[in-house]
Amino acid sequence: MDRQGNTYTFIYASVLVVVVAALLAFVSQTLKPIQQKNIEVAKKIDILKSVNVASTPKDAVEKYEEYIGNNSFILNYEGKKVEGDAFTVNLEKEVKKPPKDRLYPMYICTIDGSKKFIIPVRGKGLWGPIWGYISLNDDKKTIFGATFGHKGETPGLGAEIAKAPFQKQFSGKTIFDDNGKFTSVLVEKGQNSSGNPHAVDAISGGTITSKGVQAMLQDCLSGYVNFLKE
Amino acid sequence: MSEDKEPLFSAKNLKLITAPLGAQNPITVQVLGICSALAVTAKLEPAIVMSISVMFVVVFSNFIISLLRNTIPTRIRIIVQLVVVAALVILVDQILKAYAYEVSLQLSVFVGLIITNCIIMGRLEAFALANKPWQSVLDGIGNGAGYGIILVIIAFFREVLGSGTITLPAVGTLHVIPQIFYDWGYQNNGLMILPPMALITVGIIIWVQRARNNDLIETK
Repeated sequence: MDRQGNTYTFIYASVLVVVVAALLAFVSQTLKPIQQKNIEVAKKIDILKSVNVASTPKDAVEKYEEYIGNNSFILNYEGKKVEGDAFTVNLEKEVKKPPKDRLYPMYICTIDGSKKFIIPVRGKGLWGPIWGYISLNDDKKTIFGATFGHKGETPGLGAEIAKAPFQKQFSGKTIFDDNGKFTSVLVEKGQNSSGNPHAVDAISGGTITSKGVQAMLQDCLSGYVNFLKE
Repeated sequence: MSEDKEPLFSAKNLKLITAPLGAQNPITVQVLGICSALAVTAKLEPAIVMSISVMFVVVFSNFIISLLRNTIPTRIRIIVQLVVVAALVILVDQILKAYAYEVSLQLSVFVGLIITNCIIMGRLEAFALANKPWQSVLDGIGNGAGYGIILVIIAFFREVLGSGTITLPAVGTLHVIPQIFYDWGYQNNGLMILPPMALITVGIIIWVQRARNNDLIETK
């Protein structure tokens, strides 16, 4: 057949893409369970980090069993438990729903005999999604620890939310004021926020990401108010 | 390969591997693949994984294109090359996500961008389309290694001077600057971690290489 002809070229291209597509589909299906497990382990590491438990991919599953295990549940907007496995709730889909229709996963962790409530949060940064976990003391209002992650915030600016100096500020802040009104945690410009029990210092040069964190906390934590005020 | 009378590792074939390490180096002499050389060299581990990934892609794409070279219709040869390279890159990305998840997070978008690495398309066009599979594989190994060796050198200096550590795959982080240095007031140079210093490090490597090899200096 004429190797430069249209028919040959067309058949050649078709066969090539079918072969490549089949190969890639096969590889993707074969590796999916292992990749899924990696993502779950990374999630467990994140959850544990919010209660200041450091773990590595090797011991994360073990430590998760030790500190949290099956002690997690899903809440609805009214603060009542609903059926389901909290760990498998896809927060990315939930935050797109109106607050009243969302599922609210909650993890309970026991450290040194005291109970911590771990709340997953998810929102928008400057370039892409940001997420995190906030842990509350058993008074259900004081933050014990916080951890944040991001898909692609600017290194050195917005990406600083994933670093310890920013996250450490949250420890000891409260999300309710003395009258029991929900305040969330504000992410404000200026050092004076260190005295405010409901605010942390924003990241210079990372204004939009900082505002994203504030909006994310307001949006996600407010759904738990009915449960936390019980 | 059987019709090919010369031995597998003849002097001419060996030169395919050694030339890209020195006088034909893809990064320092041909100045290809610079972006990823700057982006993934803040630590040694991602640099090593990136080098291996690029080497895998360039070797196999060279091999496959060389096997197909007499069948590829000229009019769509670039598309065929792209499909082959893209498939290999996705393969690498999937394997990293399954078996080296943390490194794949560090490399993030740069694994996908291997496809735009000029070294790969450059070798396909310049070599694999006109040569036999075995020579193409050797050429791939040579160019992959030539790229990798520069990445590793840059990453070594950036990590040691910038973080005071060496991070190796499967070994972990080793602290190479003794604590006593810090006690005396030594500080890690944070600038080394930032992208501009990668460019300057490449520049220094090019300078050293040219100073030692006069053939590389263009005559006026």
